Amino acid sequence: MRVFEGFKFTKLQTPIHSMDPRAKFVMIMVVFAISLLFTNVLILTVILLVQVPLIWLGRSIRRWGGSMKGGVFLAGLIFFMNLLTGSTFTYSLAMTIRFLALMSSFSIFFMTTSPDDLGLALEQAHVPYSLCFTFTTAVRLVPTMAVDAQTVIDAQRSRGLELDKGNFLKRIRNYIPILIPLIVSAIRRSIELAEALESRAFGLTSRRQSLIVLRMKMSDYLTILVSILLLVLAVWASIYAQLPSIEIPFQLPRLW
Amino acid sequence: MITVEGLRYVYPNANEVLRGIDLTIEDGDFVAIMGENGAGKTTLVKTFNGLLKPTDGRVLIDDVETKKASVAALSRSVGLVFQNPDHQLFCETVRDEVAYSLRNFGYPPDVIERRVRGILETLDLMPYMDSSPFMLSGGERKRVALASVLVSNPRHMVLDEPTIGQDYQQKDRLRNFIVQLNTQRKTVVVVTHDVEFVAECKPRVVLLSGGKITADGRAEEILTDGALVERASLLRPQISLLFSSVSGLPRDVIDVFTAKAVISNTVRGRK
Repeated sequence: MRVFEGFKFTKLQTPIHSMDPRAKFVMIMVVFAISLLFTNVLILTVILLVQVPLIWLGRSIRRWGGSMKGGVFLAGLIFFMNLLTGSTFTYSLAMTIRFLALMSSFSIFFMTTSPDDLGLALEQAHVPYSLCFTFTTAVRLVPTMAVDAQTVIDAQRSRGLELDKGNFLKRIRNYIPILIPLIVSAIRRSIELAEALESRAFGLTSRRQSLIVLRMKMSDYLTILVSILLLVLAVWASIYAQLPSIEIPFQLPRLW
Repeated sequence: MITVEGLRYVYPNANEVLRGIDLTIEDGDFVAIMGENGAGKTTLVKTFNGLLKPTDGRVLIDDVETKKASVAALSRSVGLVFQNPDHQLFCETVRDEVAYSLRNFGYPPDVIERRVRGILETLDLMPYMDSSPFMLSGGERKRVALASVLVSNPRHMVLDEPTIGQDYQQKDRLRNFIVQLNTQRKTVVVVTHDVEFVAECKPRVVLLSGGKITADGRAEEILTDGALVERASLLRPQISLLFSSVSGLPRDVIDVFTAKAVISNTVRGRK
């Protein structure tokens, strides 16, 4: 379950880790927005590659690589589904790179932001505490889900399931015995957690005070400013600029 | 036969869990693997069907090295029942769930139907045959998971914490069932913390601690050795505690049935 490793927070002393979570969130959302603005393979590749130095700065290259490797299956699925449903080769490729760019940006965010800081940032943005708690709990449960997923895979392989057996569609179907127990156990866990929280008087206090108050540094303000400027530039470029592009003239005949 | 030679296993996060295990389990043996949390019990049994391949050393199942065989091939001879049934149930009905491994192994439909009915009857699950496994209680789900592995009739059965979530009667039925399996010359390996369950079954006990085998012998010898049991973070069976505190009673009694016989003889002798 290497794919989950790339979304798990590890405490390190790096410039990316020490950034304010709000500044990091703005930066990631800008990457997200720019990725959605373009369907140009070259631009999307640049968006993906621009993230590599940030990951290197956050000393998370190996885990990021693992998560990207884990995402290759879904990326392949996106590529082939686009191709099979009548999209051009270039467009299918663009959608695949867009997926990898989005996955990569969220990977950077979650690998370098502690769930506690994330919760604090949301609270200080006046998001209702129940929502902040739900979000941070979901983030915190990612490693647990990864362990569960590996156990489910082990249990089904012990009953003769071979994940890599069969053609492309069969391989997708092979994941049903993995996904159902995983979803069911996640739902069971969430119900148990909700009951445990309620029995410990969750939500009784309407006004909460935080011991730690997040304060943005000059570098955080600068990050937000640069991110917004980049977004404005990207919007302008997507409307007015003639950007270089590549086109591979290949398209499958429509199957229906 | 299960043969483990110089087995070392290191997880990808560099955590060395097994540090040189040598163990031979003969066909028809009944073995309980016990030890503290994190001792390496589950890791050890996951090497039996090739889910984990040894970092060093080797594991042989009926002379086949697990490194050279696929999990699917090994799972025909090694049935592994996981601790939490929720990690494997996914079908709409109990019948489909139990038939799943047989379908994977390519059995014909009439054989599947016959075997499924047989195992459901044995494990008292016939009334739930067409129910959703998700609607059953924890203990029932555990039995469905057990049935889904047993149905393929593997030569070696490995049960990870089978007694968790079972009431006393179910535990007793499970004990009888395991003994019955064992009398059919099946190898049964149970990973458990349940000292009382082991005391009643009286299998061979293998104690693991810190990734090494610290003791291997008859349940009566191991579970009455206070120092050994304490080192494995276990408690001696209640009968053993009682017998060791009363002078004149033998020290190697661990189960109620033997205790009853010993006490009856002692009382009769005094009369």
